[in-house]
Amino acid sequence: MSLLQVNNLGVQFQTPDGLVSAVNGVSFELQAGQTLGIVGESGSGKSQSVLAMMGLLAKNGKATGEALYNGQNLLTMSPKQLNGIRGDRVSMIFQDPMTSLNPYLTVERQMTEVLELHKGMTRREAKKRAISLLEAVRIPEAARRIDMYPHEFSGGMRQRVMIAMALLCEPEVLIADEPTTALDVTVQAQILSLLKDLQRDFGTAIVMITHDLGVVAGLCEKVMVMYGGRVMEYGSANDIFYQPSHPYTIGLLGALPRLDHDGSELVSIPGNPPNMANMPKGCPFSERCTHVSELCVGTLPPLAASAANPAVLRACHKAPAELKPSVEVVAHV
Amino acid sequence: MSDKKLILSVRDVKVHFKVKGGNDWPWTPKKTLKAVDGVSFDLYEGETLGVVGESGCGKSTLARSILNLIPATAGEIVWMGRDLRQGTEKDWLAVRRDIQMIFQDPLASLNPRMTIAQIIGEPLRVHRPELSSDEVMKRVRAMMVKVGLREQMINRYPHEFSGGQCQRIGIARALILEPKLIICDEPVSALDVSIQAQIINLLKELQREMGLALIFIAHDLAVVKHISDRILVMYLGREMELAEKHALYDLPSHPYTRALLSAIPIPDPKLERSKQIQILQGDLPSPINPPSGCVFRTRCPLAEAQCAGERPALRRLSADTQSSCLLA
Repeated sequence: MSLLQVNNLGVQFQTPDGLVSAVNGVSFELQAGQTLGIVGESGSGKSQSVLAMMGLLAKNGKATGEALYNGQNLLTMSPKQLNGIRGDRVSMIFQDPMTSLNPYLTVERQMTEVLELHKGMTRREAKKRAISLLEAVRIPEAARRIDMYPHEFSGGMRQRVMIAMALLCEPEVLIADEPTTALDVTVQAQILSLLKDLQRDFGTAIVMITHDLGVVAGLCEKVMVMYGGRVMEYGSANDIFYQPSHPYTIGLLGALPRLDHDGSELVSIPGNPPNMANMPKGCPFSERCTHVSELCVGTLPPLAASAANPAVLRACHKAPAELKPSVEVVAHV
Repeated sequence: MSDKKLILSVRDVKVHFKVKGGNDWPWTPKKTLKAVDGVSFDLYEGETLGVVGESGCGKSTLARSILNLIPATAGEIVWMGRDLRQGTEKDWLAVRRDIQMIFQDPLASLNPRMTIAQIIGEPLRVHRPELSSDEVMKRVRAMMVKVGLREQMINRYPHEFSGGQCQRIGIARALILEPKLIICDEPVSALDVSIQAQIINLLKELQREMGLALIFIAHDLAVVKHISDRILVMYLGREMELAEKHALYDLPSHPYTRALLSAIPIPDPKLERSKQIQILQGDLPSPINPPSGCVFRTRCPLAEAQCAGERPALRRLSADTQSSCLLA
C-alpha cells in the first residue's frame, strides 16, 4: 500500500457567482522517501489540492474524492482525528514564512507546543528536541535564538524555522507549498540542499508545489503538471523534461528563460490563464493551445496513459506524434 | 560600444538614509543606512543594462535615484551631458519626459479609480498640454494596440485586467511619451512564466522598434540574460561586477557572481542534479554596519586578509569585464 494515495480529488467553492471548481480529478500515489513535484501557474489549483488534503480549505470550500493516508481517508475525518495526523505524520511548509508563524509567540513556544500536543513531552524535553531540530536546519546559535520572536529572523532563517517545525515529529509526508518562492536564489539553494539532506536522513516523502521548473528538476522524481484545476501531464521528471508530450508542458518549458542555452526569442504561450468561474467546456488549455481542434473545444480530454510511453499520463486529444514539430523547436531554443 | 552615443552616465552615486534602530533611546544619534554606496556606470543609446542582485542590494533604490524619486545623497547623474543633481524640479520634469519607469507590482502601480484611457493618457496631459483631447485619445488607442491590448478595453478599470495585462498598461503608459530610456524595476517577477515570456518578448520588440535604452532590474539572472547587453551585479549597495552579457555568464570574474549563477536551478534534471552548487554561508550583513573592505568578504569562499583592508573599486580586467574583486 502506498503511503499516500489520492484518488480523483476535487475542490469546489461556493461563491456569490455560483459553484466554482478549483480542482478536478487529481490522482497520485506517493511511496516513502519519494518526491512528487506539482507544477502549474497561479490559479492552476496546485495549492488548493494539498490544502484540501490537510483539511485547510476556506469555509466555502468542499473537497470530493479520496486522500488515503495509510488507508485512512483524510477528507472524511473529523477535525479531531485529523489533528492527530496533521503536524505529526503529515506536515506542511507554507509559502510565506512571515505570515505563517505566530508573531506573538517565541519560536520556542511555537515549536514545543507541537511536541507537547503530539508526543506528550514535557516543556523541557520538547525544548531540547526543538533546539536539536533547529541545529539540523543549520541555524547558528540555536539554543540562544530559539527564544527569539519570528520578526527577529531573516526570511531565509524563518523558512528554516518553518522546516524545523514541520519536521519536529519526523513526519512521513512533508507537503511544501512553494517553500522557496519568497526567497532569494542563494537562500533558495541553501533551503533546497537542506531539504535534500533531510529527506536522505529522515526518509520523508515530499510533495513539492512550485511554479519553478528548475526547482522540480533538481528535487523531484515524479512531476505533475496542472492547468486550470486539472492534471495535464504526469510522469517521471526525465519524461516530463526530455519528452514533454502535452502542449502546455511543451509551452511552459519553451517560455522559460534559461541560463544553459542562449535563445534570442522566448516561445511564449499566447493569451491568459482561464477564469475559474467560467471554464472552457472542453480542454482548459484549448483557448491558448496552438494545436487546438474542434474536438478539444467541445470535449474534455481524459487523463490516460500516453501511446508513446505508457508510464506517462496525459490529458490531450492529440497523439504525441502530432505535437512533435514544436517539440523540436523547443529543443533548439 | 564606442560608436554609440552615451546618454546616461552615473558617477559614484550614493543614497544614504538616516534610520533609527528599534531599541534605540530617543536621544541616540541616528545611524546611516547605505542603500547605494558609490555606484558608477554608463549607458549608451539603444542599449539594455541589466541590474541584478538579491533583495536589499540597493538595485531599486539606484533606479529610483536616477529619476530623483529618491534623491541621491552624493555623486553625479549626467543625462545627455547635463548633471541632473544640480537641476531644479522643473529640470527634472523635463527629464522625465525622456526617462520613464515600469514598476514591479502591475496592479498596485495603476490608480484603481482611473480608466485605462486616463492612465495611459496622463503622461501626455502632464508633459504635452498643447495636445487636444482627441489627439491624446488617438495616441492612447495606437499605443494600446502596440502593446497588445484591445481598443475596446479603453474604458475599463485596472481591476478588470489580469496581471500580465496590467503590466502591458504600465508599459503603454511609459511608452506614450516616446522616451529614450525606460527603467524597468522587476517588471516580470510578479507574473507567471507563460505571461513573463510574453512581456519580455514585447519589451524586446518595442525596444528594437523605438530604439529605446533599457535599465532592466531583476533578481532572476536567467531573465536578465535574455534581455540585456551588459549586466551590473550588485551586493549590499556596491558594484561587484559590470560585464558584457556573454563574458559574465561564461567567465564570471567575481565570486559573488559565480555563487549567484550556480544557485539558479536549471530546468533540466540531469544538468541540475550533476552541477556543483556553491552554497553561500550565512546571511546578508546589515547595510547599517557593512563589513570593512570588500562587503562580500564575510561570505566569500576565497576571502583573504587583504580583502578586509581597503574598499576595492571596480577595475577593468578585460575589454568586456570590470570587477571589484581584488583576487580576480
